[in-house]
Amino acid sequence: MSRSRRVLAPYLLILPGGLWLLLFFVIPMVTMLSLSLQQGDVVSGYVFTGHWQTYVDAIGNYRTQLVRSLIYGAITTIILIVLAFPVAYWIAFYGGRRKPTYLFLLLLPFFVSFVLRTISWRYILTDEGMLLGPLKDAGLLADNFNILGTPVAVIFGLVYNFLPFMVLPIYVALERIDPRVVEAARDLYADPPTAFRKVIFPLALPGVFAGVLMTFVPASSDYVNSAVLGSSSTTMIGQVIQSQYLTSSNYPTASALSFTLMAVLLVGVFAYARALGTEDVMKVAAR
Amino acid sequence: MRLTGGRALHIYTWAIIAWLTLPVLVMIVFGFNDTPGRYNQTWEGFTFKWYGRVFALDELTKALVISLLVAVVTAFVAGALGTGIGFALGRYRFRGSGTVNLIMFATMSSPELVMGASLLTLFVSLGVGLGAVTITIAHIMFSISFVAVVVRARVLTLDRSVEEAAADLGANAWTTFWRITFPIILPAVMSGMLLAFALSIDDFVVSNFTAGTTTTFPLWIWGATRVGLPPQVNVMGTLIFMGGVLIAVATSVRSRPRKRS
Amino acid sequence: MQSNLPDPSLIRGLTQRRLGRRDALRMSGLSAFAMALAACGVKGTGSTAPSAPAPDAVAKYWAGKTSNGKVDFANWPLYMDPKQPELKKFTAATGVKVNYQEVIQEMGPWFAKVQPQLAAGQSIGYDLMVITNGIQFKQFVDSGFLAPLDHSKLPNYVANADKSYADTAYDKGNVYSVPWTSGITGIAYDPKKVTRPITKLADLWDPAFKGKVGMYSDTQELANFGLMALGIDPAKSTAEDWKKAATKLKEQKSAGMVRNYYDQSYVDALGKGEVWITQAWSGDIFQKNVSDGTDFKFVIPEEGGTIWTDNFAIPITAQNPLDAIKLMDFFYEVANAATLAEYINYVCPVPAAQEQIKQDAAKLTGDDKTAMEAVADSPLVFPAQSDYAKLHYYVDFKTVAEQQEFQSIFEPIVLA
Repeated sequence: MSRSRRVLAPYLLILPGGLWLLLFFVIPMVTMLSLSLQQGDVVSGYVFTGHWQTYVDAIGNYRTQLVRSLIYGAITTIILIVLAFPVAYWIAFYGGRRKPTYLFLLLLPFFVSFVLRTISWRYILTDEGMLLGPLKDAGLLADNFNILGTPVAVIFGLVYNFLPFMVLPIYVALERIDPRVVEAARDLYADPPTAFRKVIFPLALPGVFAGVLMTFVPASSDYVNSAVLGSSSTTMIGQVIQSQYLTSSNYPTASALSFTLMAVLLVGVFAYARALGTEDVMKVAAR
Repeated sequence: MRLTGGRALHIYTWAIIAWLTLPVLVMIVFGFNDTPGRYNQTWEGFTFKWYGRVFALDELTKALVISLLVAVVTAFVAGALGTGIGFALGRYRFRGSGTVNLIMFATMSSPELVMGASLLTLFVSLGVGLGAVTITIAHIMFSISFVAVVVRARVLTLDRSVEEAAADLGANAWTTFWRITFPIILPAVMSGMLLAFALSIDDFVVSNFTAGTTTTFPLWIWGATRVGLPPQVNVMGTLIFMGGVLIAVATSVRSRPRKRS
Repeated sequence: MQSNLPDPSLIRGLTQRRLGRRDALRMSGLSAFAMALAACGVKGTGSTAPSAPAPDAVAKYWAGKTSNGKVDFANWPLYMDPKQPELKKFTAATGVKVNYQEVIQEMGPWFAKVQPQLAAGQSIGYDLMVITNGIQFKQFVDSGFLAPLDHSKLPNYVANADKSYADTAYDKGNVYSVPWTSGITGIAYDPKKVTRPITKLADLWDPAFKGKVGMYSDTQELANFGLMALGIDPAKSTAEDWKKAATKLKEQKSAGMVRNYYDQSYVDALGKGEVWITQAWSGDIFQKNVSDGTDFKFVIPEEGGTIWTDNFAIPITAQNPLDAIKLMDFFYEVANAATLAEYINYVCPVPAAQEQIKQDAAKLTGDDKTAMEAVADSPLVFPAQSDYAKLHYYVDFKTVAEQQEFQSIFEPIVLA
């Protein structure tokens, strides 16, 4: 291949895909930012005015939901680390030849739409349903006890829906640990807990960090779990944004909130990546 | 390399797998529920009849068809676009690869809500309306990066010696690519396409913003929860689930290394 | 000592990079970005202070429309017998097939969903829809999204409908719509869980029902109850009154009274026992009791209830408007209006249907007969003049600014 064609080759290859991403990922961010600075109403149209007050009002009105979403996201992520680590550990070290099978079983539920799975949980957890009904009849629970509509139900849904996203990165990191390293630790008289604490866990950290990245962002911006399993006391910022776009047609406020959410999460992600070393995170996240 | 409590962890892992599968089982089981009314919540008896009446609800069937069409188009277009990017990133070092990497990382880690909402603002600003076309555009957008990542990983581990041999035998770059390289990376490309298909057919959030009055399967379910999900939804969900399982098992069986005879 | 070298600061000044190539690129990039931001704008299709439609608008719209033999009809749930007897009768009589979809659950989301497509001149997949008089109705009209109706194609309406509907505040002269039904928002409750009879709006604030109260997420419905609970007439309310009502509603929420804010799905919640007492629409409860064998009660509170009208309208991009208007008129035949009201139990816009229902009742026996006679005499289906005294419409707005203020006062109650 001639020199110039060789140089051009990568650019030609990325051109179609890159253009698509430019048109439908980057430019929409610009239009969203622009709309957040416009004024008007849905009937007579919006005009760009550079009016920052929309942001101030929006964040002022819905600050609680924003903070609540980040808190739910954080709680979900922490619970996920605790729940997922043992599973990843067991599959990586005890899975033997059946490792792919276990991973497959873990991912199996994802062949069903997550809306359908979350709605299934709603049926299971409903006030007089298959779980609570018998317990209430047996007198073990008060008559007006409910799981649905509480923060517990929402976080339960979030943890359920994102568990594999935490298990997989941790598993990948654990799987790559060279067994000889652990042997060396044992040779140096480390007992099992110490070996875990000083050798295995630190080596698994990049996986944990990647898992946090892949769960915190979607969990904080989720709205399906809160809409299906929660109530108005668990409203998350995702629901507010969705409502402002798709119920109130209030595009400037909706765009302002959306942009703010993205900015907050992006800042968090980049600070996080900075703290750990971007390469590690990108490498594992790009798996 | 065992350390402690293998038994306990074993049971724990199975418990987690069971917990993850529970709602799927409930969905499958209630596809056999002999329910008379609009609601499908209390068990009334076992029946196969819903499997016979699976396409009885026109709008639901229409939504399923639209979901499948969008997913197929997404798989092919995102497959093509993503393979290009993945190959370029894996094979070449070029200026701008950092930016491309960054944008791809951004599409994979951006909240779906923001991606969907921003697309809505684009379409509204352009005044182009919403529908199956805008849904497909959106699905292709977020699938490209996933395909690219899968293809890039494969390209990075490619053995160049085969390509060099072909060049030595007089093949030009074009021929080498299509007759040597592409068949080798094809499994990765297909797995990227399968991933794009799965992402598209299950997508709810982005579709919610870009669909308008068009309905996809997840959107139909979302809309129907207000008045109760008909058993057909359970049946379709079960069939899609079984289909996905079969495809996954088939691809893993095919990719098992053949024994040398 | 004098040095031959020039002043160091001068050297610095002369050799400092001012605007290099990178800076120029960066600035042009930024200014292009800024121009792109400013160039974006969403064109509105209407104006909020529109003039009356042009006199030839009707003729222009209907010129050249042909019948294609089908209608896509979008409606709310619980507005028709699931067996669709009237639609089957229509198809048998005219050969036009009807695709009936219960896709509307709340006015806000319905408008937001179809607005981008209508603004782009794109079909929304429906030729006929039923929309409530209120904020969104006005937005539909002001945006130019509704087809002007040709009254020469609505003979049954002209002959049989109650004359008061020709003079409504929201669509004087029925330019864009004719009524489907009217309905009353009151309180519904489960007498098994709520052991005392409910009569007042104040009962929705009773701590005995903590966590078991349902309210609507539609701001207009919510605001009316808040205003009436304070004894304020919604038609005469001001921004001050709205703030007071919002405070009362927020108290209800912070006291933990409200289980959730619902759209049409409140019926489901009531049925599942998630709420014991809730804001409700009159006909829904009747139908729920009939179809599911439940015994829920519906009352119009002492302080007042809300009355609204749901109207037939044809979206401007409809593909089959001729067939749509035929279907509209079909429901104004007395027999069809009667059978519809018998099932859905909402306020019937055809007064002669009352007599028709009584005749239908005479043909039945026993329980069926008493049930149908009850429908004919029900104030929820054929309210008397005096019944209207306690009923109020939604708050009306003179300017868009007022409406936006109203929304910004009540939306956070539902969302926050």
